[in-house]
Amino acid sequence: MANETALSDTPSDDPIAETDRILRGILCDVLGLSAEQVALFGLETGLFGHLPELDSMAVAGLLTEIEDRTGIVIEDDEVDGEMLETYGALLGFVETKRQEV
Amino acid sequence: MTAVWPSLDGSSEYALTFDRGRAERLVVIPALFDESNKLRHFTVEVMRSLDQAGVDTFLPDLPGQNESLAPLQDQTLSSWRDEVLAAAKHFGAPLVLTIRGGALLAPQHLPGWRYAPLGGSSQLRSMLRARVLSSKEAGQQESQESLLVAGRTEGLELAGYQLGGSMIAEFEAAEPALCEGQTEIAQSDLGGPGLWLRAEPDHNQDQAEKLAAIIAEGLAA
Repeated sequence: MANETALSDTPSDDPIAETDRILRGILCDVLGLSAEQVALFGLETGLFGHLPELDSMAVAGLLTEIEDRTGIVIEDDEVDGEMLETYGALLGFVETKRQEV
Repeated sequence: MTAVWPSLDGSSEYALTFDRGRAERLVVIPALFDESNKLRHFTVEVMRSLDQAGVDTFLPDLPGQNESLAPLQDQTLSSWRDEVLAAAKHFGAPLVLTIRGGALLAPQHLPGWRYAPLGGSSQLRSMLRARVLSSKEAGQQESQESLLVAGRTEGLELAGYQLGGSMIAEFEAAEPALCEGQTEIAQSDLGGPGLWLRAEPDHNQDQAEKLAAIIAEGLAA
């Protein structure tokens, strides 16, 4: 994890940084981690398939929480292994959807 | 302590109780389905805290829940609502605390508290979503819509829970309603994120004590 980029120190008046902050907050709540621990997640940090507690029920909860806190709607057919595999992939997906709203 | 209570369908069901024969007696309706395990420790600690505040509490297994041997797929929200009333009568508990979707089972005329109530369609959507995701992982295409259409008549297994057709249909339409004498307690009243958000069962003693304190204050008022 030492070589991965942490995005948590980007300026806060920036929509991408806002998405990053919201998403890290959700991961704290879903994984039961502190803000400091989640701040260490980089773009390459593995999620689904890498964290044993993220089973399909947990992912469903994660997606619902993302919808509730960002206002986007995530269709089931948009969800695939790639988008959930790393923090960066999930962040990119949510950023793109937020721009569409 | 544990107790046994007679359910309407003729079986003996288990209940977790803090019963010292005190004046304040509260029946607790736990979170439903996938949320029940996640919040059980929290729920019991709320009861323990209320015990220390001088309040008797009763957490009954409804038929099909927890240790019950009755098949879950035979239960409906309506049958559960009747069972909650039966349990409240049996234990002489005129007050009700509901946890999350337990609010959907609360008797309309009994006063009490609704902690972070959740509507049936919301919880059902999450459970359906999990099913579609895990089917996808297994290489199978399912849609929430087609699952629901079949589920309403044939029933459906969601998050490991075998739900009957009537349960699905009722659950889908059920929304928590606050009646007179009932108070909603939001997660923001406790502070921090709700434990139902966690991927795995977890506990927060501060939140449990805060919830108990709010109820104890309400009783003293």
